[in-house]
Amino acid sequence: MREYLIRRILGMGGVLLALSLIVYAVFYLAPGDPAQLACGLKCSPAQVHQVRAQLGIDDPVHLQYAHFLQGIVTGRDFSTGTGVLHCPAPCLGVSYRTGEQVTGMIVDRLPVTASLALGAMALWLTLGVGTGVLSALRRGRWSERLLTVLTLAGNSVPVFVIALLLLMLFCAQLQWLPFPSYVGLGEDPQQWFWGLLLPWVSLALVESAKYARLTRSSMLETLAEDHIRTFRAYGVGERQLVTRHALRGALTPVIALSAMDLGTMFGSAVLTESLFGLPGLGRLLVYSVNVIDLPVVVGLVMVTGFCVVLANAVADVLYAVADRRVVLS
Amino acid sequence: MAARELLAAEAVTTFPATGTRQVWRRLRTQRAAVAAGTVIVLLLLIAAAAPLLSAIEGQDPTTYHNDLIDSASGGVPVGPFGGVGAEHWLGVEPGTGRDVFARLVHGARVSILVAVGSTVVQVLLGVTVGLAAGLGNRLLDQLISSTTDVMLALPSLVFSIALMAVVPSGFPRPLLLTLVIGLLGWGGTARVVRAQTLTLKELDYVAAARLGGSSPWRIARRELLPSLAAPVITYAALLLPSNVVAEAGLSFLGVGVRPPTSSWGQMLSSATTWFRADPTYILLPAVLLFATVLAFTVLGDRVRIALDPRAASRLRVGVHRSGTGPGSAPPLRSGTPNSKEEA
Repeated sequence: MREYLIRRILGMGGVLLALSLIVYAVFYLAPGDPAQLACGLKCSPAQVHQVRAQLGIDDPVHLQYAHFLQGIVTGRDFSTGTGVLHCPAPCLGVSYRTGEQVTGMIVDRLPVTASLALGAMALWLTLGVGTGVLSALRRGRWSERLLTVLTLAGNSVPVFVIALLLLMLFCAQLQWLPFPSYVGLGEDPQQWFWGLLLPWVSLALVESAKYARLTRSSMLETLAEDHIRTFRAYGVGERQLVTRHALRGALTPVIALSAMDLGTMFGSAVLTESLFGLPGLGRLLVYSVNVIDLPVVVGLVMVTGFCVVLANAVADVLYAVADRRVVLS
Repeated sequence: MAARELLAAEAVTTFPATGTRQVWRRLRTQRAAVAAGTVIVLLLLIAAAAPLLSAIEGQDPTTYHNDLIDSASGGVPVGPFGGVGAEHWLGVEPGTGRDVFARLVHGARVSILVAVGSTVVQVLLGVTVGLAAGLGNRLLDQLISSTTDVMLALPSLVFSIALMAVVPSGFPRPLLLTLVIGLLGWGGTARVVRAQTLTLKELDYVAAARLGGSSPWRIARRELLPSLAAPVITYAALLLPSNVVAEAGLSFLGVGVRPPTSSWGQMLSSATTWFRADPTYILLPAVLLFATVLAFTVLGDRVRIALDPRAASRLRVGVHRSGTGPGSAPPLRSGTPNSKEEA
């Protein structure tokens, strides 16, 4: 196990390094002069030249990349013309636009995306696993058919469509809910909850369909296993069979998949965030992309990529912990 | 002994061999598959005949009709349901007065072209890379497998948003969408194909071909590809609807097609500012998008069942499985395109 973990962590490092290389290479080819962007349209060529030197974009690309990596590990210093700006590790650079440190910008927005992702996950797990178990138990009956149709439909609605429809229905037409706006959990938990309710529901409705299907098929597979058959032969009731004995085995892939989805969610909640106006990582990305603020874009890709890689590793370990038959290698 | 032979005989009779014709027949007998297929054929026709359809209506997707919107209210269409009438069958766009029907049918073109195109790119790349990894030597396999790992770790939505924004605006957008979605999404296919190739490679008939002096290329083409068709088609059927959503999402965020080109995602995005005043305008692209994704998902699901009826009946009845064929992998492995394989 320990050997596996060490190898896995080394592998993660490798993947992240490759990721950073791809991201850096791709976005370096971006059109437009970052110095001009950072300086504004009224800058004279001399000023632009000065900004170029400050940003360090006169250096050859490989040197810039090396500095970028060094910044992540040890931190680095930027000259601001008059003084020195120290950017402590893990330093992802400085925004061309605002001069803010990218790491700080991302950390500031992390609670929003984390609130969104964690709350949505709690909801989609409840909904998805519940529906899945129910439809596994009722297989062959009309209620199972209904659930299957519902999950298929849920699987087919893009999240921004469902979000838009919910917004239209509950905020504009019925006016049961205020238009969502983000308030920090620490500031006002109640407003935090109401502000995030619709985003959670939108994400959960879409995601839970996938979980319902997975839970159902995994439940049916577990119910067909030998030990369950033995329990059944001993006269254990169907309900107890499911809740006591089959659920644990059936939930293994569900747990692993949710760990993975949680990691992905940090990058893929872009649509939900921009639709509901939540100031999270996704919104920051869309904004930075529109103004071509490369350090922020690169930083965001790195952070979300890190989440995905970490989540995949966690999912694999969880899979092995939950199901002892799985051997990690 | 007798029992085993009986079981074997039953296996042969109840699980017919999979051939194109049988698959087709199985598909045709499924009502859901026929319904989904009909919807898709209709959509393809609409997309192909978009200019013709809007010509029949007598409108085009880009002309502004300022006389049809109420400038006092900021641009809400005049008339019921967003200006529905004999001239504008589905009303006009709020704010600009452009014809909604024409924009919807032209939007279908973008959606279908990009979704199908990017799926083709994903499958071609995935199969090539997967085959190379499965058939190549250990070094090549490791190189390719770790590249695939990196591809799968790439936060694809984030990355495609960023890519769409930095490519010069002169590049044709639908082609760019196709390439970005296609080039970022081949990892899953490559994994499936590699795993299948590794299994198939050990089978006697492939070994015989190899000993008979066939080149890897010939083995891939003659011996492996026919057996890979079923899992690849099943996987591609999962990719297709998710690519429809990806295109709509990128256009929704404003990094997809550029104005004045219309796409369903772009229409939904412009509807966000109008949903109080003109709810009809949201519903149309939303319903079309939903119907398209649902049709592709249902058809894909039915194709999977038709290709491997054993897996489907096993899930339905809950029979204990013993084989390790393509359909009997644990759910996490055969699940969605996003799911990971090794565990």
